[in-house]
Amino acid sequence: MKISYYPGCTLKTKAKNLEVSALACLDALGIEYEELPRWNCCGAVYSLADDDLIHMIAPVRDLIRVREQGHDTVLTLCSMCYNTLARANELMKNDEEKRNTINMFMDEEPDYAGEVRVVHFLDYLRDDYGWDKVKEKVTVPLAGMKTAPYYGCTLLRPGDVAIDPPDHPTVFQECMETLGAEVVNFPMSTQCCGTYQVLGNPDAALKISYDILRDATGRGAEALVLTCPLCDYNLGRRQDEMMTRYDFSTEVPLFYFTQLMALALGVPAEKCHFELNREISEGFLKAKNLLVKASA
Amino acid sequence: MPINISSRNSDDRLKSKVHEISGEQFQKCYQCGTCSGSCPMTEHLNVFPRRVMALLQLGDKDALAECNTPWVCASCHVCMVRCPRGIDIPRVMEALRQLKLRENVNQIEPSQIDKKEIEKLPQIALVSGFRKFTS
Repeated sequence: MKISYYPGCTLKTKAKNLEVSALACLDALGIEYEELPRWNCCGAVYSLADDDLIHMIAPVRDLIRVREQGHDTVLTLCSMCYNTLARANELMKNDEEKRNTINMFMDEEPDYAGEVRVVHFLDYLRDDYGWDKVKEKVTVPLAGMKTAPYYGCTLLRPGDVAIDPPDHPTVFQECMETLGAEVVNFPMSTQCCGTYQVLGNPDAALKISYDILRDATGRGAEALVLTCPLCDYNLGRRQDEMMTRYDFSTEVPLFYFTQLMALALGVPAEKCHFELNREISEGFLKAKNLLVKASA
Repeated sequence: MPINISSRNSDDRLKSKVHEISGEQFQKCYQCGTCSGSCPMTEHLNVFPRRVMALLQLGDKDALAECNTPWVCASCHVCMVRCPRGIDIPRVMEALRQLKLRENVNQIEPSQIDKKEIEKLPQIALVSGFRKFTS
């Protein structure tokens, strides 16, 4: 059955490598999807103020679009979009008073009560598609690659929208193992990268991102695997700043999990857009002989 | 640092406002400190979340005004999933932020951000940052 696909703002601009590679994976896996028509920004963060319902309108509108499209499941790739849409959906499902207020306010839209299921690509693969089936489709196992799957916050917290137990997640490791990569577990894999503090307290965000990278590489990881464009910014793009500020001399390659999955599924490397990652990332794959095999 | 407990500096209005905006029963906090032990930002805080909860219970408006805690909080929700009293602490931090932002006081000025930086930052960083730090 076809599912809806919600891209979100960043995937259409600064994180094209996440979107293009993910769609290539969906095609390679034979998953039928349809991009939401007229989708809007989800608001990036779920409103935490009890009296602020206006910020629920954006994500709820997106969920109504899914139902209009005739689908019951919406697939997300960006962790922050997943979190915002999933939490708004839970609110509409469980809070009658707020649901009524929101529905009454949006009188031009049909009423909504959380009928749609919001999934992230990782839990969709685990629960709906199955790792076994993914494994059957792997043609280029990512052998010899020590990857550290980094969850960040929004896939795991709060508990009611967590795709896996918040303190002991395994879904990302299962994904990388299915693709044939070696998995390096590290305690900071679920710690926050600083997220929007890159605007408010850039130094604090830089320090915890540096701590995360140091933890992963200290345990033998050669590359970090991510799901979120903001984690990519904090942990990846800001490595140049880390080099001038801290004892940080070796760059760490970073990939979106969909880029590595696409490679493993035999998608041509051009469709993974590694040129948009940190420069070291493409060279790393070449050194592992993964790019050559994929293009062949 | 001692906390001066007196009904004269306990602001009941602040307490009820934070309760109203957050929807959280911060009085339930029994000061175990799990939040402070879990918070990834502690090295950048001048007051740890456990103490913020205590100051809030006391309604100590002046001391709370000095805390950078709500502004350094990244809403990562680690404290919330671990709180044995089931308090959604990020919501309490949000309420403390909102009390300030609703006075039309911006914590960051969007117009002051370097243009080159804006070109590089992903949209989710800008949208979420403006949601948290501007009125």
